[in-house]
Amino acid sequence: MKQRKNWILLMLTLIVVLIISACSSDGGKDTSQGTTDGSTTDVPQAIVVRVNDDPDFLDPHKATASISYQMILNIFEGLMAPETDGSLKEGLAESYEISEDGLTYTFKIRSGVKFHNGEDVTVEDIQYSFDRLMGKNGGEKMSNNFDNVASTEAPDASTFVITLKEPNSNFLYSLTARQSAIVPKSNDGKHNENPIGTGPFAYVKYSPGTNLALTKNENYWKEGLPYLDKVTFAFQSDDQAAIMSLMANEVDLTSVPWQRVSEVEGSHTLSHQNNNSSLIVTFNETKAPFDNVKVRQAMNYAISKSDIIDSVFAGYAVPLGSNMSPAMGDYQKMGLEKMYAQDVEKAKALLAQAGYPDGFKTKITVSSHNDMYSNIAQIVVANLKEIGVDVEIEVVEWGIWLDRVYFGRDYQMTTIDLTGRASAYEILNDYISTNDGENFFLFKNDEYDQIMTDVLKETDQAKQIAYYQRAQEILAEQSAAVYIADYQIVWGSDKQVTGLKSYPFWFHDMSEVKFSN
Amino acid sequence: MKNSQRYTKHINLIIGLLVIVGFFLVMLISFFYTPHDVNAMNIPDKLLGPSRSYFFGTDEFGRDIFSRIMQGTQTAFAVGILTVLIGTSFGILIGGIAGYVGGWIDEIFMRLMDALMAFPGIILALMLVAIFGPGIVNTAIALGIIAIPAIARISRSGFVQHRDAEYVLAAKLIGVKPYKIMFRHILPNISSQIIVAATVTFATAMLAEAALSYLGLGVQPPNPSWGRMLKDSQAYLVNAPWYTFAPGGAITILVLGLYMLSNALRDYMDPRSKS
Amino acid sequence: MMYIIRRFMLLITTILLVSMITFGVFQILPGDPVRTMLGTEADPTQIENLRSELGLDRPLYEQYSDWMKGLLTGELGNSIRFSMPVKDLLFDRLPVTMSLAGLTLIIVLTVSLPLGMFAARRQNKLIDVSLSTVTQIGMAVPSFWLGMMLILYVGMQFSFFKISGYIPWSQSVSGALSTLILPALTIAIPQIAVNFRYVRTAILEQIQLDYVRTIRSKGMSERNVMYKHVLKNSMIPILTVFGLIMAEVVAGTIIVEQVFSLPGIGQLLITAISNRDFPLVQGIVMYITVAVVVINFIVDILYSVLDPRIRLR
Repeated sequence: MKQRKNWILLMLTLIVVLIISACSSDGGKDTSQGTTDGSTTDVPQAIVVRVNDDPDFLDPHKATASISYQMILNIFEGLMAPETDGSLKEGLAESYEISEDGLTYTFKIRSGVKFHNGEDVTVEDIQYSFDRLMGKNGGEKMSNNFDNVASTEAPDASTFVITLKEPNSNFLYSLTARQSAIVPKSNDGKHNENPIGTGPFAYVKYSPGTNLALTKNENYWKEGLPYLDKVTFAFQSDDQAAIMSLMANEVDLTSVPWQRVSEVEGSHTLSHQNNNSSLIVTFNETKAPFDNVKVRQAMNYAISKSDIIDSVFAGYAVPLGSNMSPAMGDYQKMGLEKMYAQDVEKAKALLAQAGYPDGFKTKITVSSHNDMYSNIAQIVVANLKEIGVDVEIEVVEWGIWLDRVYFGRDYQMTTIDLTGRASAYEILNDYISTNDGENFFLFKNDEYDQIMTDVLKETDQAKQIAYYQRAQEILAEQSAAVYIADYQIVWGSDKQVTGLKSYPFWFHDMSEVKFSN
Repeated sequence: MKNSQRYTKHINLIIGLLVIVGFFLVMLISFFYTPHDVNAMNIPDKLLGPSRSYFFGTDEFGRDIFSRIMQGTQTAFAVGILTVLIGTSFGILIGGIAGYVGGWIDEIFMRLMDALMAFPGIILALMLVAIFGPGIVNTAIALGIIAIPAIARISRSGFVQHRDAEYVLAAKLIGVKPYKIMFRHILPNISSQIIVAATVTFATAMLAEAALSYLGLGVQPPNPSWGRMLKDSQAYLVNAPWYTFAPGGAITILVLGLYMLSNALRDYMDPRSKS
Repeated sequence: MMYIIRRFMLLITTILLVSMITFGVFQILPGDPVRTMLGTEADPTQIENLRSELGLDRPLYEQYSDWMKGLLTGELGNSIRFSMPVKDLLFDRLPVTMSLAGLTLIIVLTVSLPLGMFAARRQNKLIDVSLSTVTQIGMAVPSFWLGMMLILYVGMQFSFFKISGYIPWSQSVSGALSTLILPALTIAIPQIAVNFRYVRTAILEQIQLDYVRTIRSKGMSERNVMYKHVLKNSMIPILTVFGLIMAEVVAGTIIVEQVFSLPGIGQLLITAISNRDFPLVQGIVMYITVAVVVINFIVDILYSVLDPRIRLR
């Protein structure tokens, strides 16, 4: 009998210890939150934003992963700044002029802007930043965006001039912090270890695999901004765990898995953002059978966009007809998404015309880093089975996918989400035109390439739009890929958080965010 | 006291066998019949709760979870049996040679096994799957390789015990070839321990496949795999709880059955528990 | 002493072999660390720059000999993904995994020891049979699922628990506990079943021995019989399991840290493998395996001290 008593006693002690520690804990969020800002309320102005992964580099010139810019664009600024509607406004440049021939860009630099280390931004720093990118000050070339630049110069302390070799109507888009952040010359060699910029937030500490901590830039040149004292980007790869962290009030902002939106509706603020990416199912277009446009069209007729949107994205997606998402406003050619409404008979007929009346066997190679892809592949398999095409799914790790599919181009079918770009030109040129090294589905169309060359020489915006719209038509007609959808990111945030902005690319802009009562 | 002890052993044996035979029957049936087509998608019917037409409800593609669980037994047995086959055949071969031959061969083989055993299983599995790629056969190869050292150790100690036994010496004297002595004469005598280890290997293979699926690298869709279903169901824990309990329950029950069977077998064979 | 020396030689060869396997595996692993890191938006210039910067374009034998040299001096090289020394990354995360493993062990021992003793005293009674069945269920549940269930049904229900991240002990003890208890439970539950079984068997074996009968007949209290004699003598067989459990606990942290977003070594390892961050994976794998091998070594030595017969084998 005594044994049992001892045992019970032990369990009881454990329980008591648990309860005591439960009561003594504050239960809420991190207590070491920053001081309150006198201008706002007494709510602590510290936000925890969950992101999926670590940045690849903190050095804005070295970073390439979009996840990095999502965070570090809060630290850095460029001559130009992106707007939420996809247009541009002046950033560190107060104003700019473009010469008649479209070759010379003259920027007037904003005065009184300070780097986080207290130094003034000078034209030398700007010169240094561009030289660094172009590999002109000893280092290696860090970007191909400025191959078209003939010269850069600073005629006086507040003027910076860039001269191009050939006109490029898209050039201003290369001048945001994403492509060419302005960094201080004095920080040379330490841009990754201790990044310094001019943005609303300054770098504090990066703990790999855990978080990136930023603090308010007290000297920010935009009056009154930012509101937050402290921004923490917490890295959490598991989406399902992340939403539970949001519910448990451990993070203030995260993307919500589409299937779980209903769980946080009401308790949190939800905002929907068109990702401006294009999710595609595509093919290696140099190899049979996908070199035949009829086969590609048959795929388009067979695959049901609505099935994918309903089941994988729980409805939170807009169907696409080309690379261009409705998030791009006027640039998008409307109606293309209806060109290939699901039609099994038509698909079969096209296959027969192409010489495959009984279908064929093929393989779809997808990456395992996001379940979305293998889920889409399963629908593709089910859809294509109806027209007699037998598809095998091959799931590979992201690294292998990049090696084999993206760079090696050794594949038959794949599905991938093409990351959004700020400019219509990049959206249509990157990954697709034969001028572009990233054209991994090896699409080739002479008219398309011509358009992409011509549009750069065109300065009239209405005419540019006409070019872009024709380009989208070609993609649809030629069935360059099965354009599925631009899915929405559903952001779930603490109810007190206001001032979130969404851009047509990944950027958690914290400059106007604040906690209010 | 003795009666009730036997009773315990019987309980483990009976439940263990019932579970395994039950799943095996389900697997046989699933070759000929499932209530619904396992891969047929019916998006409008997605995430329905359990009902008369869908016993365990439907998944996010409107597929019948019950049918997929049924067919998932095929994947489970394929992975489990293949893993056990690879693990035991190579394990016995390595352990047998090491134990029977002895000397520096023994030393080399067993040090290699020690080194393999030093890796936590899931790390080796991850690395091997990264080399071979995911899929039923590749997953089983990876898990089989991980199982080799444990079985090699068990068979080695068995072979060491028996290599100087009289029946072995007698066989040697009349000129029976070494491999015949090893596999015809000694192996049957130590098979019971190996069977226990094989049962445990089957069970751990199920759990490891689930863990690999959680990391996105188990058996590939559309082959229904319980591990993958369990992972997919994470998104619906709150909105469609039945979805997660079906594969979770299937894995737990099968693994529990295997463990109970192995414990029962161990109890039957352990000479100490007979006293 | 001979036994210890022999065991030590074995330890060294095992570690050497482990290092060879670890390096070898990564040479045949498909996937490129630089491309994985830079993703789809990298241009060829950036890829080439980074590759030469990391020394990945050098011949294999150079990379290998450098790595071996580094291992001996304790320098594990630089992580590709995080561009910082592997050593720093490891030591940043060590406290998390150590705390998790330590807490797990405490839970396993405090639950399985009394439970095993309790069951052994009531051998084959209904309570004994049901206890062994119930604990076995704990072994049969996939660990990530168990973790998710604990998050959902315990973590979300009680505000005490934090379901993601880690708070260092130095900052707040209850905070550290709030982040560690659930993941520790997730790893502990299956191990409780294993240890429970061993404790029960070990104690049963002792109880049946003659000396127990003798001291009992001398009128020693049941409590003293159990604690002073039976438990003490059962510790030797239980100790052997300890090494085994330790290895399982270390392995368990890998998946569980992922589920609870704990910034420990296991989570780092998963990231490192999927990023093909070879220096980092090699460093972590070496670290974990050496830890496991050394623990087993210590257990073996302890075992031989407690039970001299073992040295004769």
